[in-house]
This record gives sequence, C-alpha cells and structure tokens, in this order.
Amino acid sequence: MNDPQAPPAKLLIDGVNKTFRNSRGEVLALDTTTLAVDEGEFVCLVGPSGCGKSTLLNLVSGLDTPTHGRVLMDGNPVTGPGSERMVMFQEHALFPWLDVLGNVLFGLKLKPGLDAKERVDVAKYYLKLVGLERFLKASIHELSGGMRQRVALARALAPNPRVLLMDEPFAALDAMTREQLYADLQKISAAQKKTVLFVTHNVREAVCLGDRVILFSPNPGRIREQFKVALPRPRDINDPALSVLAGEITRALKSHTA
Amino acid sequence: MKRLFIATAFFALLVLAWHLLVRAEIWSPVLLPGPAAVGEYLWASLLDGGLASSSWVTLKRLMIGYLIGCLAGLPLGMLTARSNTLNDTLGVLALGLQTLPSVCWVPLALIWFGQSESAMLFVVVMGTLWSVLISVDNGVRNLPPIYTRAARTMGSTGFHTLRHVILPASMPYVISGMKQGWAFAWRSLMAAEIYVTLLSGYGLGHLLHFGRELNAMEQVTGVMLVIVLIGLLADKILFSPWERFLHRRWGLNG
Repeated sequence: MNDPQAPPAKLLIDGVNKTFRNSRGEVLALDTTTLAVDEGEFVCLVGPSGCGKSTLLNLVSGLDTPTHGRVLMDGNPVTGPGSERMVMFQEHALFPWLDVLGNVLFGLKLKPGLDAKERVDVAKYYLKLVGLERFLKASIHELSGGMRQRVALARALAPNPRVLLMDEPFAALDAMTREQLYADLQKISAAQKKTVLFVTHNVREAVCLGDRVILFSPNPGRIREQFKVALPRPRDINDPALSVLAGEITRALKSHTA
Repeated sequence: MKRLFIATAFFALLVLAWHLLVRAEIWSPVLLPGPAAVGEYLWASLLDGGLASSSWVTLKRLMIGYLIGCLAGLPLGMLTARSNTLNDTLGVLALGLQTLPSVCWVPLALIWFGQSESAMLFVVVMGTLWSVLISVDNGVRNLPPIYTRAARTMGSTGFHTLRHVILPASMPYVISGMKQGWAFAWRSLMAAEIYVTLLSGYGLGHLLHFGRELNAMEQVTGVMLVIVLIGLLADKILFSPWERFLHRRWGLNG
C-alpha cells in the first residue's frame, strides 16, 4: 500500500466507520476500518451476525454512507449506488412482476449505449452462463431457490460491473445447490476477472471462494484477522486441505468472539 | 366445458324455481313478477332503445367519475405512503371519508352543483377516490424495501424507481383497491340515481325509481338484472385480466 509504484487498489475502504441511531441511542455498527482490495481479487468477509460485515458491504455499494471516512473505487469516492458495483442480496430481490429475461434486462436498460436488441443479446448471454437459457419467459415464483439466485447472479453480472458485492447470496439454499453455485461462481469470476466482496458467516464457503478471508468480530464490528487462501482453483468445498484452513479460521473466529 | 354446463344448469334451475314460485300464486304478480313478464319488459325496452340509453347514461357517469377517482387516488396514495405529514393529515382524512357511504354526499352535492351531472360525478368520485387512495397507500407502505434497494444498485432513481419499481410492486394492492373503488362507485351511483332525478339523462337508477312509482315491478326486476349483469361484466372485462396476470407472475390467488 505504501509503495508509490504499486497500482492503486480497486477498492479502498479508508478509515470508514458507521454509527446507527436506534431507540436506545447510538450504536457503532462498524468501528474505524481500513481495507484495500486489488483488482480481480475475491475477498470474503466472515463473522457472526452484528459484526459489521454487511454494513461494510452497504457502504461499498453506496446504499449507505459512512459516518466518517470514505470509500474509493479506482481512486474516486463512492457517492451512491452505481452499476459499476452490482449487489447480490441474500433474498434474491428479483422483481416478481417481470419474467426472468425482464429481470436481467432491468439493469441493462439503465445502462446507456445499448439498443434493445443488444440488451436482449447480453441478457441471454448471461442467462446462458448461469444455465437458465431455457427459462427466459418463466415467472420468478415458478423457479426454485437455486434458480432464483442464478437469475440474481445473471442480473448482477449483465451490466458488466467491475465489482461484485455479494451479501450471503447462498445462505438460504440447500447444500447441493450451493455446491453447484460455488463451482459456477468460481468459473465466472475467474473468466470475467471480477473484483468480489463476498459476505458470509460460513467459513468453509469463504475458504472455498476467497483469495483472502477477512475475519470480523462484533461489539463494535471490526476486522480482527486476515487469512490468505493460496489453495489451487477450482476448489471443492469438500477438499480436506480446505477443511484444514477452515478449521484454523474457525478457531480464530471463536477466540475473537468468546 | 363441464363447469360451463354446471353453471348453465344452475341458472336455468334458478329461473325455473322463480317461475314455479310465481305460478304458485302465493304473492300477487304485482309484487312478484315472473321471469316471462320481466323478459317481456327487457325485450321491449331493448327494442325501443330505452334500456340501452339508460345503461349508457349510467355507465358514462360511472366511467368518468371512476377514472377521475383513480387518477387522483393513485398519486395521492403514493404521496401519503411516502410522507408522514401527508399520512397524518390526508391519510387520516381519507380513512375517515372511506367509512362514509358516499351517497351521504348527495345532499351536499345537490346544494353545491345543483341537480346536474356534476353532482352525480362528485358522488362517484367520492366513492372511488378514498378506497383507491388507501389501497395504494397500503401497497406502497408494505413494499419490501429490498426492491427499491436492488433497483438503486442498478442505477434506478427518482421517477424511474416510482414508475418501474414502486408502481408495479404495489400492483396487487392497487388492483384490489381499484376493484373496491369500482364497487363503491357503482353502489353510490345507483343510490344517487334513485335518489335524484336528473333531466340531463335517465340512468338505470332512474328506471328503478320510475318503476316503483308506476308500480311496474317487472321493470324494477328487469333493471336489477341489468345492473347485476353490468357488474359481472365489469368484473370479467376490467379486472379478471389483471388478476390473471397477477396470478401468473406473483403466483397469488386473487
């Protein structure tokens, strides 16, 4: 970070904290935090609920603004949400009044420089990428939970954001579906060189997906420790080497929250 | 096909029972006209154009008033849902006025507008406006915040969010509010027409009123049938397509 020759971080969370006001007064949701994320890096934020990891994600997305400090993307301050940073939520957040294709088109229509045909082509490309090319006209309520999150992933990818922000996107899915999505997400993020911030409370998931795992602890939310994950890709969540590292991180997590 | 058959059989039996009841001569035919007499009235009234012109007069009043009520209720409901000040003022007023049967506006409307189309229109608008406003308010208020958050991350702001997210997302509420508004408008217009005679046009309510004055119960019954029929048709034509759409997309029963 201090090397002037190094390229600037894709994302720089610079001395950021966040205070919420509730009925019992002010709550420090995220203590002063600094974190740099490189271009193309997959960073997982792990910790128990209330540790500020989702708060941090909302600050990076621009949905919330920090109380102090600033968030920089490519050196420019983030002032609000924007399609260069797309978000995937725990609930799929798809629009039930639109069909699958319509949902993916929603973000594309807000992106200038594409005509109607190009938009449909792009949407179809990403729906094919997540394996849903046969469900373009389906309604959201007809899809399984896993398929919905695939649509949400296609919707997030379609405007071609450089940064992808994922807030426990697979938490509500069954194990089989999740494992399939781990494989898909690794393939897609590697092929498209996305910079990803991925929030989860599942340590194995974090080790499976992340280049780096960042450990948070609550009261107040803050970063406690970081782990590099140097395992070869693509990774399988059932790989024993992965379990060893996950065990180590889980022990660290327990020691910080005990 | 089977369902159509059952429905047809049901209504045929109903008419038959009615016919037999009249044939039994328990009540005077002046009090209870038979299906044949009612049919005769309807046929004659159809031929001389009286029924069609009255239906048209009534439907025109209803449509215009209903449209005004919806067009005003939609934006006002969105506003009360988004602003606490408006909710505490306009919202409470709407809630109160919604409980007032809109035929209660007739005396005031007559004083304000005279015995005119405007008075009728006013009563219909009062019947529609408040229930549409309250339903839209409800719909927007119960909107899962995740929709607008998701839209914002995709670059949607201001009017775009309103038009492409908030409005369609609250559609189930809006449709049910418009349906309720329609029912209220229809009821209030009938009451007002029975209550007030307008020289500018005789509606179905007036036909009911004249039927009573002339002791022509076959006319009264016939017009009642027409009113029921219009209500059914409105439901099928105006609301069923929307409800089918909601059912297909949301997977709702409604």
